[in-house]
Amino acid sequence: MRRWATAVAAALALALLVAACGGGGGDEQSAQTVGIEWGEPENPLIPGNTTEQNGGDVIDALFAGLVKYDVDTGQPSNEVADAITTTDNRTFTIRIRPGWTFHDGTPVTSQSFVDSWNWTAAGPNAAGAQSFMEKIDGYDEVSPEVPTAPTMRGLRVVDPQTFTVTLEQPFTIFPLTLGYSAYYPMPQRFFTDRAGYEAAPVGNGEFRFESRTPNQNLVLVRNDQYAGSVKPQVQRLDFRVYSELQTSYDDVLSGNLDHVRQVPPAALTGDRWRTDLGAGAHQKEGLVTDSLGVPLYDPRFANPLVRQAISMSIDRQTITQQIFGGVYRPATGYATSAADGYVPNQCGELCTFDPQRARQLLAQAGGFAGPLTLTANSDGGHDPYMEAVATSIRQTLGIDARYAPVPSFSEQRRLANAQQFTGLFRNGWQGDYPSIETFLTQLYRTGASSNDYGYANPAVDAALSQADQAPTTQAANAGYAAAERTILADMPNIPLWSRPVIYGNSARVAEAEHNPLNRQDTTTYRLNPQG
Amino acid sequence: MGRYTLRRLLQLVPVFLGTTFIVYALVWGLSDDPFAGKCGQRECSPAYIATMTERYNLDDNILVQYLKYLGALLTGDFGQTFSGTEVSSLIATAYPVTIRLALVALLIEAVIGILAGIVSGVRGRGFVDSLVLVSTLFLISLPVFVTGLVLKQVLGVELGIIRTSVPNDPSFGDLLVPGFVLGSLSMAYVARLTRTSLVENARADFVRTAVAKGLTHRRVVGVHMLRNSLIPVVTFLGTDLGALMGGAIVTEGVFNIRGIGGLVFRGILQQDTATVVGIVVLLVIVYLVANLVVDLLYAVLDPRIRYD
Repeated sequence: MRRWATAVAAALALALLVAACGGGGGDEQSAQTVGIEWGEPENPLIPGNTTEQNGGDVIDALFAGLVKYDVDTGQPSNEVADAITTTDNRTFTIRIRPGWTFHDGTPVTSQSFVDSWNWTAAGPNAAGAQSFMEKIDGYDEVSPEVPTAPTMRGLRVVDPQTFTVTLEQPFTIFPLTLGYSAYYPMPQRFFTDRAGYEAAPVGNGEFRFESRTPNQNLVLVRNDQYAGSVKPQVQRLDFRVYSELQTSYDDVLSGNLDHVRQVPPAALTGDRWRTDLGAGAHQKEGLVTDSLGVPLYDPRFANPLVRQAISMSIDRQTITQQIFGGVYRPATGYATSAADGYVPNQCGELCTFDPQRARQLLAQAGGFAGPLTLTANSDGGHDPYMEAVATSIRQTLGIDARYAPVPSFSEQRRLANAQQFTGLFRNGWQGDYPSIETFLTQLYRTGASSNDYGYANPAVDAALSQADQAPTTQAANAGYAAAERTILADMPNIPLWSRPVIYGNSARVAEAEHNPLNRQDTTTYRLNPQG
Repeated sequence: MGRYTLRRLLQLVPVFLGTTFIVYALVWGLSDDPFAGKCGQRECSPAYIATMTERYNLDDNILVQYLKYLGALLTGDFGQTFSGTEVSSLIATAYPVTIRLALVALLIEAVIGILAGIVSGVRGRGFVDSLVLVSTLFLISLPVFVTGLVLKQVLGVELGIIRTSVPNDPSFGDLLVPGFVLGSLSMAYVARLTRTSLVENARADFVRTAVAKGLTHRRVVGVHMLRNSLIPVVTFLGTDLGALMGGAIVTEGVFNIRGIGGLVFRGILQQDTATVVGIVVLLVIVYLVANLVVDLLYAVLDPRIRYD
């Protein structure tokens, strides 16, 4: 017994000693470091292979593109590019500013861009952002699994500071799209030493790679050679992996972390997050929309009146108010107000809650046969609002509408790819660049990559093509808005609401902003003076 | 004892092969399209699918796939995740954290649990006994996430005594509160087991003999009664250690501890087969070994038990 007691006492003493030593430390370095809530990226940190948020956030800090989006308005302005000129909206001449270097000291040249884009487009590389190159002339020869050409003929290096891009079709708003991470330049190092690059990525942006521990954190350090006009101010960024959003939020409140890129739903109710975070609570218009896709391959949905009736039976105002504390905005069209070319109230009465008219439309269409299921993946926190939408439809139209979740996002995507939905399905969309076009082409063109509804309308295809080729951006935007109205009348996808960009800062942070694309603008990060 | 150990070790082989095969088949069999949802809202490119199919031998039938995986595993290659990170390096950073947390939890539940059990068992009915019974009942009826979230909210957010999350390379001190949360349920069981066991043994023949010999009360309880009464407790602690080594998804999530539980949970959600199978392989070994050690400990505690 006595021996046991001694052992236990010794163990406890040791634990306490270790605990005592564990405190303190850090100090100087951590005072200059901004801790950011983060998650493991799904792919190695290669711009052309990253389409999700976690990898994208780090890549945006590591790289600078031809074009940069304004932190408040999302308006594009040239960054690495000196000038992007065109006469026919098909061939673009891009001149880049001198003085830009990668973190390893090599210069950023026109070749860096051309090599990067060719790599992303090439089929054997299986890059995630491959489809972003599809408008460039010669993509079709480079993109198959066995390419018939090594590089795209639409890309031509004129001199180290100039290159030209020729597209297959004119695309007026092309320069605006160039701020997307898939268009970032890649250093020579990536092509000669891929494994070395993946272990320590090299970019041309405001922060340099310092270290990474998988599943724990990733540290970036300020790039003092950064050639952009707005210099980064904080010394270090520490992207910390969290498995629960609530924990990271608590950490910001108690000062262990400086920045959360989102706010847990529980804190949104009753606007609690504004009281919790005070001046650190931020909200601005973004490019994310939620909608309900309609499986047009199911004959029960063939009549547009049925789709319109369902849309008018959803009480968007009440649902956004009660479930999202009024933070989300009821949709009045497919695009959001942060997008260039946005026209308010495109949907008109079709997105307005009108029980009487909804019932009338449904009766006119001859009613709806059988139960109406609404599907979403239950691992994404969609359950509360999907239940509410189903209830709204059921109460208004008097049909058996119910929410039928599937377990995972991958199961949801499997059903979408196989066209096996038997009812409405949740559709979340994050725009890639701040233009109305990002909400239309990939979703509603016949056979487009995210056209999960099986929607095909030759008039829409023609209108979109015409807008792509319009002489000016204004004309293009007008064309897109007209196409949007045509699609809304067909209602292949029922708009619900737009999600604003929401993020929170700790009391230590003076400024840390996201742009409307919900990407962190790390040059804005500043800490309050110590005191 | 040696032959017994050897026999037990040999038994581990079929158990190991069976469990790993089932896990391997289940994880890949979850969905008939392993690439659904891997590329966001878009469908994956054929080139991506071809690359991944080759990396994970998806063209072979499941048995051949498994054997190829096992072959690589035996040479120490745990494979790569879909994102190209070595699974072995993920385990190498996560496992030390899990072990530390498991040891802290085990220490807390063993020390507090056994002490509470002894006190209430030896004293018999009375205030202390009732206190132990009621407080353990209270702990048992609370789910771990409630204990965790309440302690974090009160001690971390409101009072600011502890950090609301644990740093990446936590010291034992950082893990005290999470360890308490994790061990609280088992602590209650340990206290009750010890108490029941002691009360039963109090009427045993060998105790009467010891008292008749004129031994002091202290020696009767400490040496004769306790040693025999601890057998069920040690069994419980042993299996519990095995379970703790398998990570604690809820506690790890609440305090953001980068351990093995969260890793395997995330792996399952993302269907990252290499991560899931790699970790489960390790956990199977740990669990089997923990059980073996417990069985061997019986002989140390109770001289009547012999392995020949």
